[in-house]
Amino acid sequence: MSMLKIANHTFNSSLLLGTGKYPSFDIQKKAVEVSGAEILTFAVRRMNIFEEHQPNFLEQLDLSKYTLLPNTAGAKTAEEAVRIARLAKASGLCDMIKVEVIGDDRSLLPDPIETLKASEMLLAEGFIVLPYTSDDVVLAKRLENLGVHAIMPGASPIGSGKGILNPLNLKFIIEQSAVPVIVDAGIGSPKDVAYAMELGADGVLLNTAVSGAKDPVKMALAMKLAIEAGTLGFEAGRIEEKEYGVASSPTSGMVTS
Amino acid sequence: MSIVLNGKSVVLPGEVNSIQQLLTQYHLENRIVVVELNKEIVLKEHYETTNLSRGDMVEIIHFVGGG
Repeated sequence: MSMLKIANHTFNSSLLLGTGKYPSFDIQKKAVEVSGAEILTFAVRRMNIFEEHQPNFLEQLDLSKYTLLPNTAGAKTAEEAVRIARLAKASGLCDMIKVEVIGDDRSLLPDPIETLKASEMLLAEGFIVLPYTSDDVVLAKRLENLGVHAIMPGASPIGSGKGILNPLNLKFIIEQSAVPVIVDAGIGSPKDVAYAMELGADGVLLNTAVSGAKDPVKMALAMKLAIEAGTLGFEAGRIEEKEYGVASSPTSGMVTS
Repeated sequence: MSIVLNGKSVVLPGEVNSIQQLLTQYHLENRIVVVELNKEIVLKEHYETTNLSRGDMVEIIHFVGGG
């Protein structure tokens, strides 16, 4: 199966896993491990320094095994996204940034204009930029023209689990893009992951679909297998859809006359 | 000395004058953190030489779970 290449990074796994909202660190560690994911997303926040030391998932990770993809979640403007991205990079742990600028609090859909602005500013500062965008085909092209290193169109609103709502747009984005396309947000179940990969996506980024599952570890494995199934299905080349039935068995030599 | 630390007004003991000493005061010297002083990032190599002044706004940032 093909590798996922983002700028100067190469990955064996096409699954990118979020690290939010797991029932426990223990379950999370196991889920991350079985998922095979090599890229993990994180959010950047104020530390709760006035309370007792609370364990931190990132500090328990073997950082030589994972590539961190911090996000700019919480930003509503390009400037806020840039500030968060700079903070993330100053950790010295990462050079990639998921640009996430939310434009609507209810649907959590991204602000296309601020996303574009933030991407441009961060590219100028030398970041490896992966913008989370709506599934707008023209916006994806505009982002690519800026020089972003991957396009991350949403399947449906963040955390909604509604899956892929507009496969046609995703397909158009995938077909036109010379940079990797990673379907991000809205994934509900393994079928959505397989579908994204069958459409020709280069990767899938998900969080809640695993962390919120009844058994996150088992779901992490299911997602890994869905990536494989979808990728192989895409590479194998599926049959064309037909309007009516076409018999699989020979139509001659029937036993009944 | 009084500063605003992560949005909260705090009074630091007399011996806490630098970013490095501030991190030690809060037992953060071995944690993965990023420090912002008056909205400017302070690089690790400057923690010891960056001094705090009264009224400074300091943010101590880290990575948390997120998608």
